[in-house]
Amino acid sequence: MKNKYSVFSLIKNALSQHENWQQAWGNPEPKKEYEAIIVGGGGHGLATAYYLAKKHNLKNIAVLEKGWIGGGNTGRNTTIIRSNYLWDASAGLYDHALKLWENLSQELNYNVMFSQRGVMNLAHNLQDVRDLKRRTHANRLNGIDAVWLNTEEVKKFCPIINTSPDIRYPVLGGTLQRRAGTARHDAVAWGYARGASDMGVDIIQNCEVKGIKRNGDKVEGLETTKGFIKTNKIGVVAAGHSSVIANMAGIKLPLESKPLQALVSEPVKPIIDTVVMSNAVHAYVSQSDKGELVIGAGTDSYVSYTQRGSHNIVEETLKAILELYPIFSRMKMLRQWGGIVDICPDASPIISKTNIKGLYFNCGWGTGGFKATPGSGDLFAHTIANDEPHKLNAAFNLNRFVSGDLVDEHGAAAVAH
Amino acid sequence: MFLINCPFCGERDQSEFSSGGEAHIVRPKQPTELSDDEWAEYLFMRKNIKGIQFERWNHVHGCRKWFNVVRDTSNDKILSVYKMGEKPPVNYK
Repeated sequence: MKNKYSVFSLIKNALSQHENWQQAWGNPEPKKEYEAIIVGGGGHGLATAYYLAKKHNLKNIAVLEKGWIGGGNTGRNTTIIRSNYLWDASAGLYDHALKLWENLSQELNYNVMFSQRGVMNLAHNLQDVRDLKRRTHANRLNGIDAVWLNTEEVKKFCPIINTSPDIRYPVLGGTLQRRAGTARHDAVAWGYARGASDMGVDIIQNCEVKGIKRNGDKVEGLETTKGFIKTNKIGVVAAGHSSVIANMAGIKLPLESKPLQALVSEPVKPIIDTVVMSNAVHAYVSQSDKGELVIGAGTDSYVSYTQRGSHNIVEETLKAILELYPIFSRMKMLRQWGGIVDICPDASPIISKTNIKGLYFNCGWGTGGFKATPGSGDLFAHTIANDEPHKLNAAFNLNRFVSGDLVDEHGAAAVAH
Repeated sequence: MFLINCPFCGERDQSEFSSGGEAHIVRPKQPTELSDDEWAEYLFMRKNIKGIQFERWNHVHGCRKWFNVVRDTSNDKILSVYKMGEKPPVNYK
């Protein structure tokens, strides 16, 4: 790496008042032609470019981003990372990502602030208890750490939870994945951008894709706001806007784009040192290193690209938070925002070829894509480079909606992410 | 969050309604003769438009009747409301 960050570089730059730090990634104009182009400069897109350059030796590639890198859902999520999914295919995919997270700061020479503070999922009724216990067993068979906690153990692990039996949704227990946790979402985008740029990947910001040029059943290039760019491999990682890009290529995807909201409170002293999720009441909370409570709410029920979301969704989430954590009753919320998430009918992602040669889609991550960033990039890079899926993403093909071989995580496992 | 002008009850808060997704997807007349591709198209594939979308809503906490809405999904502005069975307005595409 050209400008390796270390304690020595920190001291050296401190002596020059930190005025000589090099830019972390380049800002090039697009070339006429690339071997492969990634559409979308979020975490998944940048990670794809990084692994394409690093593991598959494709150097002449570009990432096109219509805004600024990491300005979409990468910077809008609640940064939760876990791999305790029910089905084998999902467990394989998300645990692959979690293993990459564990070494990501070293790999990228960039502190992504990965913190394995544990993620606890609460059960509020008998069906929750059965489902979560079943999931714990399934996880352990797949080599994923998971334990079942009874109500007292939940209280011990996170003392501020109201475990009184007379609340509307009493806490009957929960599962805990200790290897799970959070990371700094911006740092992930920046770290991958820096790493990719260092290997010669062109990261082109403020460049929106306007059309896909097709010749019969293969792609020839992209019309963009910075002119036509030739390529015969296009990897689309456009999250909520995947259908918009698919439409340009004349194909339809099984996706609906909906606003998902999150909010943060004013910063306070450390009060919650883990992540607690509750699917039944749809509320989850953690605390950022700055001290803000980071709260995730639900999606709206209708298709919208507005990045706002409805007030009633936030209201319901805060009601649930207050019942579970009465200690937060006088907290003030600082900011609320929405991100557009692309949801598949089976709530599992698509990392797949299409029936157009050279056109690949990585989409459908719905409400829980952040946790998969490194794994998604790695597997999508493999799919693009070899024109074949890796065995870990073979199940997540587009054809499953025709064959019926769905990876149905919706009803069977945690819906909230 | 927005208001929806229910053709039966008048203007109400969106939270009273439930979204039924894309409108005018016709149920196959001969289901037994459909190929897997055609089933996938009917069941799962959606236009998911950014812009003017024709969609179904149900006034689930009101009259419980279904109707159609034309809405711009890029700004949530409702352009037209019409009853089930009526022809969609032609001035939107």
